[in-house]
Amino acid sequence: MTANLRRRKLFSHFFEILCGLAVVIALIPLAMILFYVIKEGAGALNWDFFTKMPKPVGETGGGMANAIVGTLILISIGALFAVPVGGICGVHLAEYPSTKFSSVVRFAADVLNGVPSIVVGIFAYGLLVMPVKRFSAIAGGVALGLLMIPIVVRTTEELLRLVPGGLREGALALGARRSRAVFGVIVPAALPGILTGILVAIARVAGETAPLLFTALGNRFWSTSLTQPISSLTMQVYAYANSPYDDWHRQAWAGAFLLVMIILTLSIAARLAVRRLERMNRP
Amino acid sequence: MRRSSDDRKFRLSTGAFAALVLLIVIGIGFELTRQSMLSITKFGLKFWTTSTWDPVSGDFGALPFIWGTLYSAILALLIATPIALGIAIFISELSPRVLRQPLAYLTELLAAIPSIVYGLWGIFVLVPIVRKVEIAMGAKPALGVGMLSAALILAVMVIPFSSSVAREILKNVPSTQREAAYALGATRWEAIKVAIGFGKSGIIGAVMLGFGRALGETIAVTMVIGNSPQISASLFKPQYTMAAVIANEFTEAADELYLHALIEIGLLLFIITVAVNMISRLLIWSMKRRVTAPIIAPILEEAVA
Repeated sequence: MTANLRRRKLFSHFFEILCGLAVVIALIPLAMILFYVIKEGAGALNWDFFTKMPKPVGETGGGMANAIVGTLILISIGALFAVPVGGICGVHLAEYPSTKFSSVVRFAADVLNGVPSIVVGIFAYGLLVMPVKRFSAIAGGVALGLLMIPIVVRTTEELLRLVPGGLREGALALGARRSRAVFGVIVPAALPGILTGILVAIARVAGETAPLLFTALGNRFWSTSLTQPISSLTMQVYAYANSPYDDWHRQAWAGAFLLVMIILTLSIAARLAVRRLERMNRP
Repeated sequence: MRRSSDDRKFRLSTGAFAALVLLIVIGIGFELTRQSMLSITKFGLKFWTTSTWDPVSGDFGALPFIWGTLYSAILALLIATPIALGIAIFISELSPRVLRQPLAYLTELLAAIPSIVYGLWGIFVLVPIVRKVEIAMGAKPALGVGMLSAALILAVMVIPFSSSVAREILKNVPSTQREAAYALGATRWEAIKVAIGFGKSGIIGAVMLGFGRALGETIAVTMVIGNSPQISASLFKPQYTMAAVIANEFTEAADELYLHALIEIGLLLFIITVAVNMISRLLIWSMKRRVTAPIIAPILEEAVA
């Protein structure tokens, strides 16, 4: 081996090790965050947290029952709005994949996915809060829905494409109309996948805070009204984290723990489902 | 005949929903412009070049926020890019096959953790650590909150985005590229450099995607950057970003001009992130289109394995 080759090999090993090191460096904050969320959060989570209302400033105890319900309501509104719009848009992209219109829409969905959530919040504020001069659950839910749409669009499209072409051709050969072939055969075949895409979208917006701050606003009281301000886990954690009280910090960690658990469960479930679907449809 | 008109109806009706997605993007730009008209007409370009932010006297200049946003995002990118590329290279080129999926999943988990959890961790864990480092370095002021904490947290948050796209790009580089390099006697690293060279435009796209994320990140940054509008190159001073000022002051904006000024900041954030995302997506797409999967590659791959 010449000296030159030896030097090059050494160089190569050096950079290979650096790349491995990069993985380790990235996993350190992940491990630290999960460690602290579990350490501080799991212990602070108790029955009261789920069933009690927030206590007034200075009193310890109480829980986030209103925020948990608020999060569920906000996500439901978002999904009700985003799933039909995003889903049908995804169907269109999968059915007419190479038209110019489809490329433009696909591009728009990707761009929308990159728009900061706080900007989407301002948009929802302008549409739904400004005209009625009142913060509301609807406005918050729509903001979340807008953030879900691009994810639903792209996952629906990807997953519909996994459906074997033979199914569509079979349906069309039997004389089915396009709409019948799509909604009667192709969509049902891809349904588990589409539901998975919805889970992914929910996992993404369940942790959103910024777009809710001036749409749903937050609420320290029990509310399930769609036209009133409503709380969410994320906003409650935000408020408590910025407070000077130890007991509120404890509850903020508990809320963070609950959020992380919800999101991890959703994303692991989604991942398993996608893998299964890919295996099922592999030729 | 009936069938073809039915098909047309189907195409048009699903197309209407698709058009809605396009409309949303345009609508955001339109609405934000409309809602910031007062500030746009009153301050004009001065809004972007002056630094007074005085809601009481109604004088608004957004320069410190723009500075804070760009500075924190660029710092984050400087930290995140080498790490994200290292991860992408390790997972796609170096790692043993069994480790690939789990490592990819773990690094992507970083993207699943909500911003608010990053912020909480930032306040109670990262900021005290940064404060200790600052004290040890003799930095003044040693507050912990400030540009350094914000850049660090942003870096961690954008790593998964850049690395997963860069990984995709590397996966799409035809293996003939690497094989040709090996055939010429290249070492492993030299072959990887060839692959990176081939995927260069896509990888730049991946980095820009991370940049777009860093520019618009709100809650975690708001919680650790200190929220003080000043233009400074210091890593330790508290500063402010565009997204953070919107998050903090939006509900407090009592008069219309104040609100319009905040929305104008949102408009600029929208324009910048859309531009960054467009360029990034175009780079990634052009890269993917350039790759025509060679038929011979899988056969060779099997033969080598």
